[in-house]
Amino acid sequence: MSDVLTVQGLTVSVRDVALVSDVELTVGPGERVGLIGESGSGKSLTALSVLGLLPEDVLAAGSVRLSGVDHELIGADERRMSRVRGRHLAMVFQEPMTALNPTMRVGDQVAEAMLIHRTRSSRRAARIAAAELLELVQLPGVMRTYPHQLSGGQRQRVVLALALANDPALLICDEPTTALDVTVQAMVLDLIMRGVAARESALLFITHDLAVVATVCQRVLVMYGGRVVESGPVTEVFTRPRHRYTEGLIAASDLESADSGPADVGLATSAPRRLPTIPGNVPPAGQFPDGCVFRNRCAHATETCATLPPWTGTPTQGFACHHPAGASDA
Amino acid sequence: MNRRLNPSLIVGGFIVGLIVLIALLSFIWTPYDATLVDSSIRLAKPSWSHWFGTDKFGRDILSQLMVGARTTLFVGLVAVGVAAVIGVPVGILAAMTPRWPSEVIMRSNDLLLAFPALLLAIMFGAVFGASTLTAMIAIGIATVPSFARVIRSGALQVMRTEYVLAARAAGRRPVPIAVRHVLPNVVSLITVQASVSFAIAVLAEAALSFLGYGTAPPTPSWGRMLQESQEFLFSAPRLAVFPGLAIAVAVLGFNLLGDGLRDRFDPRLEDRR
Repeated sequence: MSDVLTVQGLTVSVRDVALVSDVELTVGPGERVGLIGESGSGKSLTALSVLGLLPEDVLAAGSVRLSGVDHELIGADERRMSRVRGRHLAMVFQEPMTALNPTMRVGDQVAEAMLIHRTRSSRRAARIAAAELLELVQLPGVMRTYPHQLSGGQRQRVVLALALANDPALLICDEPTTALDVTVQAMVLDLIMRGVAARESALLFITHDLAVVATVCQRVLVMYGGRVVESGPVTEVFTRPRHRYTEGLIAASDLESADSGPADVGLATSAPRRLPTIPGNVPPAGQFPDGCVFRNRCAHATETCATLPPWTGTPTQGFACHHPAGASDA
Repeated sequence: MNRRLNPSLIVGGFIVGLIVLIALLSFIWTPYDATLVDSSIRLAKPSWSHWFGTDKFGRDILSQLMVGARTTLFVGLVAVGVAAVIGVPVGILAAMTPRWPSEVIMRSNDLLLAFPALLLAIMFGAVFGASTLTAMIAIGIATVPSFARVIRSGALQVMRTEYVLAARAAGRRPVPIAVRHVLPNVVSLITVQASVSFAIAVLAEAALSFLGYGTAPPTPSWGRMLQESQEFLFSAPRLAVFPGLAIAVAVLGFNLLGDGLRDRFDPRLEDRR
């Protein structure tokens, strides 16, 4: 079974500063993979390099392959990339308020997504398909409305309809629900899950919300400082994190109260407790320490952490830490 | 205050509307034939039969002003048309191309901006012959840089929005993005810039006609009426006052309209009033 998306040795840099280093990432057919990490950990840059939409002076190196596309995506020219984008690969962005053109009717925008790639034979067919898609995201009768007449949640559903219009092999969602109310959030997540399931599309879901990853994804990659520090099945990573950063992230996100998940994090008591936090802040880009990128904030860091920790485990499940949690060295 | 109908917009719109009406009216009716020479009433003072008096050839001033309004509007339309047709694509192109080509476009734009508009128009007149059309095209070309500059800054903002990123992510090619996404979102800027340029063009045509490089006789033009009034500036100053006033009011009208449209459309002014 060949993977839908294969990213190898992806490095993204501005001038000489590496923002993302050596990212390895695969997404299988129909698989739902989460990419989590704090702001500035390189999640969005990873997604944008897959689409070839990095800003002008930001450069990507490495390899990105997509099934059904017979060329390398990194460094492909605009003409070739524009054939891939929106057809084999679609993206939902974070900010629904600005993701739609304010001067075009919603229905036209969805229909246009199909006409670009000629997946419908005529304007008429595309409009009919657009109306069906909008109905699918539970927005019947909005074909002729303008974006400003819709709420944030409604707009995000339009964006989703637009992204799913050409049945892409891979859907990338970059914090699709972060800007939405919690109640709307659940609905949009549900629509995303149903949308990809109906099309057997794979999903790469970027978020910093662990609870969302737990409900949506099967497998998860944890990013920090532009590197993948841990990956594995969601249940495995969230119940038995190995990397110290993942451990801190999970402790800080109070998953068990939301999810009644694992109870052995050790701090749960009767009184309203303070959430443990990871000391320090994410350093600015280019100022991460050598070796293990997390060592300046890690309570377990030792001299050996000055060398880059090797990847332990298989490509789909493992971690990069000299002193992993749950090992005998603590 | 109601931004939709601010005072600048109302007054500017009224003045511009009035000029347009007068120009249209001149096609079907003027008090006298604007080019009718009658030596018996040379330099007549304002009277009931000739409200604004007559000029040195005995032509009715009011009729000339009315027909002159046509010239003024025609000049403005062509000059603004030329400026917009060249300036808007250049501005959008400069916003969408990578850094180096964009710099080249904008620096050559600055070069043209630094060149005096009237000098360019006089050069055009000298090379292609003085006529209303050459003057207007020259003025239009001279107004291109300011158009390009304003549209570029607006287009840059649009290019940074997520819907343009989303359009690219959907596989849209640059030209359709420019036409479908960027252009409709800078239309308000184009409208504002057009009305301001209109005022500049009206003024420039008057100056050129005054210098003898604009509208050729006998077509009435406010600028040429000013020029012909020169020799009577002390004996019959009204010959200069009426066309001068007409030019001033027209320019004021277009500037107010531009201001009003800007207040109406510029979202940054949303909360200031």
